[in-house]
Amino acid sequence: MKVRDLLIDDSFRLTVEGNLDAEITGCYCGDLLSWVMSHIKPHQVWCTVLSHVNIVAVASLTQVSSIIICEDAPLEEATLNKAKQESINIIATSLTSAEVARRILNG
Amino acid sequence: MTVSFEFAVYHEDYHNAGVASSEIKKYLTQIGLDPQLIRRIVICSYEAEMNVVIHSYGGKMVLLIDDNEIRLEIADKGPGIPNIELAMQEGYSTAPLSARERGFGAGMGLPNMKKNADVFEIASSPQGTVVKLAWVII
Repeated sequence: MKVRDLLIDDSFRLTVEGNLDAEITGCYCGDLLSWVMSHIKPHQVWCTVLSHVNIVAVASLTQVSSIIICEDAPLEEATLNKAKQESINIIATSLTSAEVARRILNG
Repeated sequence: MTVSFEFAVYHEDYHNAGVASSEIKKYLTQIGLDPQLIRRIVICSYEAEMNVVIHSYGGKMVLLIDDNEIRLEIADKGPGIPNIELAMQEGYSTAPLSARERGFGAGMGLPNMKKNADVFEIASSPQGTVVKLAWVII
């Protein structure tokens, strides 16, 4: 599945466009940055309720193309600007991490 | 030939936190290092960078690259780690609430560095903490 395929589901709102042709190989849910750094795999999407600017560096360093901001967590302007610079997709949703994971893993 | 880079890291500068690690990743990618090794190095550099931002009065990171080895040395200006043995335990954290609210302070920083580096050394006093990490290039 590519990121653009995920966006067919209108539960997902593309907030910052990076690379929509990036492959999604799975999904990782987590809100502790050290755990995410050491456990997320390249090309997984990251589901979190964190929305501050530091999440973009974590995604970029771990080769994660997309961050899904769950449960309509409010996004900071600095996060959006940084994500544009780093070409990271930021996708907002009202869904929980668990529901996003279910939809991704079920294709 | 040894190539070196130095990055300043400032206390509570969350806005620029990760910039040094991003630069390190870009350079290591440019020189064609194995992606798995790059991943291990940037996990360590990011953890180290965040430790300086969260816990110290500021400091610097120096990256040294030669044909056989990559070294990363992080030195801060204090206040030091009172009990290194405790700090090395997974889950032990002295991070302030402001860091925890941002998803830091899981108590995994130093253990993650030790796990992902071939060589891990740490020394600390009230004047500052020095962490030396190294990886062998195969």
